[in-house]
Amino acid sequence: MNIPVRRFDTLILGAGGGGLRAALQLARADAHVAVVSKVFPTRSHTVAAQGGVNAALANVTPDNWHWHMYDTVKGSDYLGDQDAIEYMCRAAAHLVYELEHAGVPFSRLESGRIYQRPFGGQSREFGGAQATRTCAAADRTGHAILHTLYQQNIRARTHFFDECFAIDLIHDDDGTVLGVLTMDIATGEPLVIEAKTTLIATGGCGQLYRTTTNAHINTGDGMAMALRAGIPLQDMEFFQFHPTGIAGKGMLITEGARGEGGYLVNKDGERFMERYAPNVKDLASRDVVSRAISIEVREGRGCGPNADHVMLKLDHLGSDIVAKRLPGIRDTCKTFMHLDPVDTPIPVFPTAHYAMGGIPTDRFGRVVMPSGDSPEEVVPGLYAAGECACVSVHGANRLGGNSLLDILVFGRAAANDILGFLKNNRYHRPPNQDCIDKAYERFARWEKRGDGESVQAVRADLKKAMEDHCGVFRTEKIMQEGIDVIKAIRARIPDVRLQDQSKVFNTARVEALELENLADIAIATMRSAEARQESRGAHSRIDYPDRDDVHWMKHSLYTLEDDTLDYKPVRTKPLSVETFPPKKRVY
Amino acid sequence: MRFKIYRYNPDVDKEPYMQEFVLEHVKPGMMLREALIELKNQDETLSFRHSCGEGVCGSDGVNINGLNGLACITPIAELAEPVEIRPFPGVPVIRDLVVDMSGFYKQYRSVKPFLIRYDPEPEVENLQSPEERDKLDGLYECILCGCCSTACPSFWWNPDKFPGPSALLQSWRFLADSRDQAMEERLDALDGPYKLFRCHTIMNCAYVCPKGLNPTKAIGHIKALMLKHSV
Repeated sequence: MNIPVRRFDTLILGAGGGGLRAALQLARADAHVAVVSKVFPTRSHTVAAQGGVNAALANVTPDNWHWHMYDTVKGSDYLGDQDAIEYMCRAAAHLVYELEHAGVPFSRLESGRIYQRPFGGQSREFGGAQATRTCAAADRTGHAILHTLYQQNIRARTHFFDECFAIDLIHDDDGTVLGVLTMDIATGEPLVIEAKTTLIATGGCGQLYRTTTNAHINTGDGMAMALRAGIPLQDMEFFQFHPTGIAGKGMLITEGARGEGGYLVNKDGERFMERYAPNVKDLASRDVVSRAISIEVREGRGCGPNADHVMLKLDHLGSDIVAKRLPGIRDTCKTFMHLDPVDTPIPVFPTAHYAMGGIPTDRFGRVVMPSGDSPEEVVPGLYAAGECACVSVHGANRLGGNSLLDILVFGRAAANDILGFLKNNRYHRPPNQDCIDKAYERFARWEKRGDGESVQAVRADLKKAMEDHCGVFRTEKIMQEGIDVIKAIRARIPDVRLQDQSKVFNTARVEALELENLADIAIATMRSAEARQESRGAHSRIDYPDRDDVHWMKHSLYTLEDDTLDYKPVRTKPLSVETFPPKKRVY
Repeated sequence: MRFKIYRYNPDVDKEPYMQEFVLEHVKPGMMLREALIELKNQDETLSFRHSCGEGVCGSDGVNINGLNGLACITPIAELAEPVEIRPFPGVPVIRDLVVDMSGFYKQYRSVKPFLIRYDPEPEVENLQSPEERDKLDGLYECILCGCCSTACPSFWWNPDKFPGPSALLQSWRFLADSRDQAMEERLDALDGPYKLFRCHTIMNCAYVCPKGLNPTKAIGHIKALMLKHSV
């Protein structure tokens, strides 16, 4: 098999905010950079982020990065790595200013400065009064940021491979990562892209679940590629359910709706968050609010004919605030629910939203894995940033507004480290032919003809299984069954056949490759969840209701090839300030 | 519900044809994207682009009963049967409902769709008043779906020369931005018979825009600015 080869200094997989921020840094430094994306860049899911990006600009209320750091550590339920969190919170203001200079149309205050709104889990002076830290462009902040970053990459003449699907990583005999095998979707032809470094910035895997705020493309391709390359995934049991997805449908209603003054009520019209978070009420952390909604519904206080959701009230805010600050979710409500939130409450329910776990990296974006005595040995040439990575700044629960920040900070950090790597590694190395052959085999396997199950049937069962066995509340029994169910589903994949054998823009084939990726991540998530015998952040166990810092203040590492779990300690020592030791988490 | 969908696969088909589909179970509130996914489950060879499902990514623009729109925010209950789904008109078809958008993207790039400033960068944000920022509303929301430009007769005739409504809306987005400092070069680049003045205010663009934006109005603003600037 003679596969054509293209060579670049540096390769980025994924054209969301993380990939594009990194690409911009590299292109501006005159590195020859290629960005591979399975969709045109502005279709990437960063575009759907609504509420904003956290940075202690103090434009509205007093603020500083150290308070932001405290909130992030507490929000993470003390599983976040404090060196990375300090780095992120310190970098935040500078990176938001940079975005503004690049052209992001942030909403503005009367002073002319960037508009900021309160978000969940934000405080002043280490747990004091509510902070106002989330920088917003109405409720379309992700759209504004993604388009601006793409525009600046046009200016920097970054090389894009649009609608090009990455299949598997390639490396040399020493394990140095040297690029990727791809498929051009329009022609179905394979292409090897060789590079001295590869940054995985492929985003999340919300398509694991049936009801999700995530797009069709969020299938965890990069995470699964890492797993298959022998790299473990970290903390996959921590999957965030956003408190306010539209009930039964899943479209996201931004936390900014509560930041602007909206609140949740049950069927009795009771503002129930007062019972669960007496101080900050509806602006508690997402895991807390999602659990509260689930309990209200479980105990019979849900709304609607099936008592299966609660209501988000914005009708007291007035049409000016809704029109000015929340125009996007107003459109979404009108389109999908035929209701106007200016006068009618929105039915909402916790909806699968964000993977806190992912490919383990350090704060330079370098992928790290256990090797010999070291729990964090660098995998040469390989980087990861954004939702597909686990730095870990989100720990067991991410704060709203910290994901846009994460992609900017660590996209840029990875690019800066890559520039150093390129200086010391001037020449391309020859890749190992076996690993290219193996990647090609995975690609070509879908050309097998004949009768068999459809991709769609298996994917539907997988999503149902994850919803049933790995949701907001978990128990030993439910998760053990889940492992068996997922294993049985995985065993069906070799017998799946494609009826569409065309090479031209074959989306069925893309979906088949995505199904394999989802199946690998599903087992990593299920196994990591079943093993963790405590409740922490988004991982809530009915049979182990408390956090257990003695046994479980550690990161999980799941390895696919031998189906095993390993653990490594949390990095509790920040870069320059005192550690925030674990405390009981109250909001 | 009955559908007639444009099919063409250059691998196997000599020429395009319309394939009939029947959707048995029409769910209340069902959008066209969900219907297309159901139809693809009947016949996996049907190809179309889609992703976010809520009208923000701009992937699933198609021609629906003669009008361009996004499948994911088009309720099928409002469509006349049989629902005819075709690829965008005036652009090359890659396969089925998937079109080649490279010409559209090239025109987008041609208007320098990025903020240009010559002043030294301040250490904090550039200031912009809420009123100045309001001028970007109705412009920055463009999702590059292509519904407008591929509904524009001027773009059909001169796709290589006329920037089209989407790119011109982007041009105004930067001209209207109080922070941008490249007005003269932007206006100069739009002068000439095939640029700005190829718009004949047919207004198909504003009629089909799924985000409710109005490229014709933006083009009018550029024309007015150019006139003011030249006298």
